[in-house]
Amino acid sequence: MAEKNMVTDNPIIQIINLKKVFGNGDSAVTVLDNINISINRGEIFGIIGLSGAGKSTLVRCINLLEKPTTGNIIFDGRDITLLSGRELQHVRRSIGMIFQSFNLLMQRTALGNVCFPLELAGVPRKEARIRAKQLLETVGLADKENSYPSQLSGGQKQRVAIARALATNPKVLLCDEATSALDPNTTQSILELLKELNNKLGLTVVIITHEMKVIEQICNRVAIIANSRIEEIGTVDEVFRHPKTQAARKLIFSASGYSEEIKVTGRLLRIVFDGKSADEPIIANMILKSKAPVNIVFANTKNIDGKVFGQMILKLPEDPETVRMMLSYLDSVNLTYEEGKFHV
Amino acid sequence: MFSSEMFLLVAQGFLESLYMTVISTTLAYVFGLPIGIILVITDKEGIKPSPVVNRIIGGIVNILRSVPFIILLVAVMPITRAIVGTTIGSTATIVPLVIASAPFIARLVESSLKEVDKGVIEASLSMGATTFQIVYKVMIPEAKPSLITGAAIATTTILSYSAMSGFVGGGGLGTIAINYGYYRSKTDIMLVMVAILVLIVQIFQEIGDFISRKSDKRIK
Repeated sequence: MAEKNMVTDNPIIQIINLKKVFGNGDSAVTVLDNINISINRGEIFGIIGLSGAGKSTLVRCINLLEKPTTGNIIFDGRDITLLSGRELQHVRRSIGMIFQSFNLLMQRTALGNVCFPLELAGVPRKEARIRAKQLLETVGLADKENSYPSQLSGGQKQRVAIARALATNPKVLLCDEATSALDPNTTQSILELLKELNNKLGLTVVIITHEMKVIEQICNRVAIIANSRIEEIGTVDEVFRHPKTQAARKLIFSASGYSEEIKVTGRLLRIVFDGKSADEPIIANMILKSKAPVNIVFANTKNIDGKVFGQMILKLPEDPETVRMMLSYLDSVNLTYEEGKFHV
Repeated sequence: MFSSEMFLLVAQGFLESLYMTVISTTLAYVFGLPIGIILVITDKEGIKPSPVVNRIIGGIVNILRSVPFIILLVAVMPITRAIVGTTIGSTATIVPLVIASAPFIARLVESSLKEVDKGVIEASLSMGATTFQIVYKVMIPEAKPSLITGAAIATTTILSYSAMSGFVGGGGLGTIAINYGYYRSKTDIMLVMVAILVLIVQIFQEIGDFISRKSDKRIK
């Protein structure tokens, strides 16, 4: 895909050995530990974890709304943990942020909200209004410039928030559960808008979410955070094909609708198909080759970052020789599979 | 009962009460508003937490607020004399009114500003706002309806305090009520004064509520 060309290996954000502890003494709680992430210019990077995993604290450490206890944040080549208050205020204009609860100024119109960061930066009023109008048009709200937030729907409020976050031409947009308060259709349209901005402006987007489907839909790479640590990090399709950790499996399977209620004994095999293998009757061929039937425990398909993926969990026969034949067939057609329990 | 002479007296009292209330409220806000702002931003959840500053200012505010106004009125007489040159009359009464109501206003302002959504303040910080910008571009505008309601409460409270100063010759409707109604046992005059005071309070409160409602963009 053409848009992938913009993704470079030149990191815009590097989080190095980040540790965050709340409280002190006996009541100290470590919410983040040994976090190392490198986010590339122009990519959409997802950070996923269950609630309480520390992901919101992590995103707040990126623009230093939370001060890391130890560790460094390198933004665009500068260690921003070393900056003074005034320098930090300046750097923050290059890092836009949107929130679950939108956080718009309730006493200002949509236009006034978008003008706000420009006022903070000292942009002359006239110039600010022109830029704000353009931005409202970009997010599809040109006709709402005089509406107050209380007159807008959730999706419209988030669009205003996005326009506001983009006003100062940031290099990065941080999204803290930005779609969690929205219904599925609105979530879809906001994600499409983020993707479009990523394409058009080359904006780096960092998405914090607890929803795997958000990650699957627009992220290039994902970090899975659990128990205050990064459990796994990689491209979304890589993590989907070969989840290495329990935390990753849990997220992938629960997002697929595979539940631990499905109780099966014996050896299970998870096969992942991508678009290329859709034409071949792979399971049928495998059964014909090995002359043994298999039991399909679970199957579904999903769209990950524009590519169609299918997954299937099979119960394997008892006989090791038959299993060996099946696996060698799968190898011969270059399919990704893994054996395991898949009880999540 | 109401000679034209009496009418002039009441009219003068009315204007004096209004004068004391408006000037005292304005001056009390000059001191109370910044103190209220400092209380909010130095709070442990505030944008510039400072437990020491917060506790000292909060303590002074509490002490001043716990002194009954009638005692404060007498206690600050030396200060009044130093500033105004006399302790009698409506201008002299402004001094104790401001001292008594500024801490009250500081608390009103504090509670209004604390209603501002923390998320909005966090969003402003993420956009690189300075502490000063957050105060005057976020907190005060966002809390405006609540601040106006607070101002109506403050004004009516100051009006009733000003009437109390009638006991020490503070001027205004209070003095008339006490001189005629209490010392000369003319109950009718006292009742008329009370009625006028009730009317003024109603008007101030209605105006305050009206402006507050008009300015609030959350309900539309």
